Amino acid sequence: MTSPVLDVRRLSVSYQTGRGTLRALRNVNMTVQPGRIVGIVGESGCGKSTLISTIIRLLAPNARIDGGSIEFMGRDLLSLESEAMRALRGDGISMVFQDPMTSLNPVMTIGRQMTDIQHRDNRSRADKLARAARLLERVGIADPAEQLKRYPHHLSGGMRQRVAIAMALMTEPALLIADEPTTALDATLEVQIIHRLRQLQQDFGCAVLFISHHLGVIAELCDEVVVMYAGEVVETGSTREVFLAPRHPYTRKLLECDPGRIEESTRHLPVIAGKLPDLVDLPKGCVFRSRCDESIDICARKPPELEGDDHCAACHVVGQ
Amino acid sequence: MLRFITRRASLSLLILFLAVSLLFAMIHMMPGDPASVILGPKASPELKAELNQRMGLDQPMLAQLGRFYADLARGDLGVDVFSDREVADIVFEQLPYTLVLVLAAIGGATLLGIPLGCFSAIRRNSLLDRITAVMSVAFIAIPSFVVALYLLLWLAVKWRWFPAMGAGASGDIADQARHLVLPAIALGLGWVGYIARLVRASMLEVMEENHIRTARAFGLPERSIIVHYALRIAILPTVTILGLGIGSMLSGALFAEIVFSRPGIGKLLHEAVITRNYPVVMGSVLVTTSFFVLSTLVADVVNAALDPRLRDSRRSS
Ligand SMILES: Nc1ncnc2c1ncn2[C@@H]1O[C@H](COP(=O)(O)OP(=O)(O)OP(=O)(O)O)[C@@H](O)[C@H]1O
Ligand SMILES: [Mg+2]
Repeated sequence: MTSPVLDVRRLSVSYQTGRGTLRALRNVNMTVQPGRIVGIVGESGCGKSTLISTIIRLLAPNARIDGGSIEFMGRDLLSLESEAMRALRGDGISMVFQDPMTSLNPVMTIGRQMTDIQHRDNRSRADKLARAARLLERVGIADPAEQLKRYPHHLSGGMRQRVAIAMALMTEPALLIADEPTTALDATLEVQIIHRLRQLQQDFGCAVLFISHHLGVIAELCDEVVVMYAGEVVETGSTREVFLAPRHPYTRKLLECDPGRIEESTRHLPVIAGKLPDLVDLPKGCVFRSRCDESIDICARKPPELEGDDHCAACHVVGQ
Repeated sequence: MLRFITRRASLSLLILFLAVSLLFAMIHMMPGDPASVILGPKASPELKAELNQRMGLDQPMLAQLGRFYADLARGDLGVDVFSDREVADIVFEQLPYTLVLVLAAIGGATLLGIPLGCFSAIRRNSLLDRITAVMSVAFIAIPSFVVALYLLLWLAVKWRWFPAMGAGASGDIADQARHLVLPAIALGLGWVGYIARLVRASMLEVMEENHIRTARAFGLPERSIIVHYALRIAILPTVTILGLGIGSMLSGALFAEIVFSRPGIGKLLHEAVITRNYPVVMGSVLVTTSFFVLSTLVADVVNAALDPRLRDSRRSS
């Protein structure tokens, strides 16, 4: 096996809040192999954004890393100096954020922002602009030279998200992280952007960590899936296996109520009965127990570990 | 941009027109006739009639209004009945002193206030932030004439670092600059704190915005994020306030001008009011009002240059 681009081991992160310590991530394991697209799926609040913010080390000030490691191409990100980490951002790892309406600077032209992010190149401004225009063309934006002179508020949401993707690909990163890049867009646009992303990923050959609420999008785009629940990874495996033969009860429930088709517009995960547990005051045993129909005695006593070789699940019932 | 400026400038002209009309109305709604107010109760009827005629007060109201606008359009602010000089000459003679003072005060306050506010936002709750917070509130709370008096007593009278009176010998720039220091500090000190608080608050807000996270995610140097990506947005409300501030300072410079015996519009206005010299009062108020309107116009244009959303919005005013 080749060495992974990204390897997250037993990562735990918590937030200090007025109510106490909110344990947003607990013992999270996941890997991304070179050139693969890995999807992370899970309900709102399960810690997806916390995970990727930890990876690029842009956590909120009240966050604390309680343990674990993150290796990017063999380097331990959690022990990097902040300058070395900054050098990786936008170079080895780049990001596409959730909300295209607010993630571009409102008072600068697209061109300025796209040349600014090439700050590590010593080329002339004209060269950088030309490069930006080429990238815009590749993400399917017509008349790129003209768009470079415009401001974000002149562009539609879909256009802005294309710009964001172009920006993220500009530096040809080894890992592209996309945090729900299409959630704010309508379904047709979502399909277009997903197809474009898939194609660009093949051209650029980078690994992608793709976060979504939307199972259909994950099924369409990703090679592998990581299912998260309440700050834990509950199931991982190839998209095929996880979708065809889900092992964790939570994944099964997700799939049962999902329309499953990418064309259908679902902004949020289908509703599953019950509530997420309180992350400040976690229940003993398995976190999913209160919503699970299949729980047995041991589930109340001991939290399950993620088990399996390629297709893993964290469940006592499955493990037996 | 040009469209924005044209639109905004026409609005300013309209505001100015309304303000001027209001001023005219106020003068004419004053109880008693101006002539006896000016000349005192014991003046003879002939004297009053003569004054009324010289000030054009014997004509019908509409005719007066028409002449008033016509004169204004030509830049004619009337004649000072006491000294027989053109009011415009008197006012424009004093204006530069006040303008220089106000610009020095605001300029200094901006140069200090913006970096202070910026640092306090970035090093939030640091020692510097706390010191700035306390000092700012103190500076804002102390009235500028108190500051002026203490500066005068300590720096000018006791230690003799700076001259206490006047505006300096004409033609001697260095001397004029030395004379400018204390009044500018007196006038601008409160503004340092005010601007610092304002910039700090909007800076804190902007640094939380998503586009800043994007800039960081691309590894841009923090300095350039702060200066180019955040400050440019955080500065917008401050520019608006500065526009209002410069405008109101022209007449607000009064205390500093009186304490430091400096010529200027504030002092001119003060003396004109005491001597009931209405043409001069009117003239100086007109000029300061125009500058107020002008400085808010400039502030809006600067903001529009900084923020493309403002110049594109249809409903901008
Ligand atoms: N700065 C913070 N301070 C305190 N709690 C936080 C903070 N940021 C996130 N949380 C909490 O941490 C948990 C995980 O949040 P996170 O944003 O990672 O979830 P998510 O899976 O990205 O959700 P969504 O799908 O809504 O984006 C949530 O319970 C959230 O309320
Ligand atoms: Mg999120």
